[in-house]
Amino acid sequence: MASDYVVLGTFVLVGVVFVMVTVTLSNLLSHQRPSFEKGRIYECGVEPIGPPWVQFRIGYYVYALLFVVFDIETVFLYPWAVVFGRMGPFILVEMAVFVGILVLGLLYAWKEGALTWR
Amino acid sequence: MSQVLAPILPVLAAIGLMLANGVVLIYMLRKVLGHLHLRLGPVHVGPKGIVQTTADVLKLLSKEDIRPNGVDRWMYVLAPVVVFVPSLMAYAALPFSETLRITRLDTGLLYTFAVLSVVPLGVIMAGWSSANKYALIGALRAAAQQVAYEVPLLLSVLPVVMIVGSMDLAEIVAFQTGVWLGVVPRWFVVLLIPSFVIFMIAALCELNQTPFDMSEAESELVSGFATEYSSMKFGLIFLSEFSNSFVISALAVTLFFGGWTLPFVPDSVLAPIAPVVFVLKTYIGIFVFMWIRGTLPRVRIDHLMNLGWKWLIPISLAWLMLVGVVVKLVAPGGVA
Repeated sequence: MASDYVVLGTFVLVGVVFVMVTVTLSNLLSHQRPSFEKGRIYECGVEPIGPPWVQFRIGYYVYALLFVVFDIETVFLYPWAVVFGRMGPFILVEMAVFVGILVLGLLYAWKEGALTWR
Repeated sequence: MSQVLAPILPVLAAIGLMLANGVVLIYMLRKVLGHLHLRLGPVHVGPKGIVQTTADVLKLLSKEDIRPNGVDRWMYVLAPVVVFVPSLMAYAALPFSETLRITRLDTGLLYTFAVLSVVPLGVIMAGWSSANKYALIGALRAAAQQVAYEVPLLLSVLPVVMIVGSMDLAEIVAFQTGVWLGVVPRWFVVLLIPSFVIFMIAALCELNQTPFDMSEAESELVSGFATEYSSMKFGLIFLSEFSNSFVISALAVTLFFGGWTLPFVPDSVLAPIAPVVFVLKTYIGIFVFMWIRGTLPRVRIDHLMNLGWKWLIPISLAWLMLVGVVVKLVAPGGVA
């Protein structure tokens, strides 16, 4: 239904407006007295050393790649699951082939050590 | 005029529900955790400390909004929006009763998961833009958790969709009415208990709840990605977190515990109290989350990643195929 999606669009707009209104309201209600010490990055009282945006470990990157593959897979699985009951048994074989290929990929990544957190 | 107002009113209702839910849940969390730790929780403001959270909200409203030097300004300001708006949107498809729901989406289940999966993006924005190493580590941990548990969460509910043949949350609930053999409710938690277990583990992880709360591990990372946020920006991020636990618990109730229905209760009695039943069931689910939170220690991050990738994903895929085979053996032409 078109009107349902109008409501969803309204959700985005009203949500953004609500955030702006509350933050503005709180800024109006509170005393703003910025100072140098207050504006410093919080690091439990220690002087921050070096820039905050540091290089980060590669492990996250490999997991993220695998995630993209499997997330796309689930997107394909949902429409399949919806029509599952209405189709013949062959639908199962088709999906078994699709999932099987991805599982082989997962096993390969596993064997290569991509799933080991180092 | 009424045409303009028509789509706005449900949104305002959802915001109201979200705020009320936040206030109730924070009080409930402090009381439940308190008693689990053999403490009392809040006691001073109002009888049994019941006005404590209201006082906290007023306090947050009147706090100074500190923006530290050196933050990535636009991202820092936008992050609370990106965290808050999707968790508000998640209310759009929840069926509180047969008639009481904001939208009637055929893809309700997928929609709810889709908007919820935007929240971690805001978390990463918050952590990255804060120019704080604690916040950055917290945000990246949240991202890693998200990628490890999003997939099992989505896979775990597929058997439900396969059996019902619809992603419409109301149809999933309608399928679960009635009883088997005169005693057992036709809830999916009975039929698909492995799905439910995987769903619960993945949901705890998605919510960044103990035992999977590394992204805001207080003892290591101060407040994780939200460390540099103050005043209402912080308040909105927290409101959205409590709202997410409501939505996830409501999804668990809808998918596995028959939503707004109760077994053995005739429709005429149930119809007026259905939303109350739904909210009560949801709060029981949230209580279980809090119980787990008060009981289990935090797991290590490599254990967390192993559990997700090496156990939950293979098990949920195997379970999916098993359900498929059994369904086709029992009802080759389709489930009635």
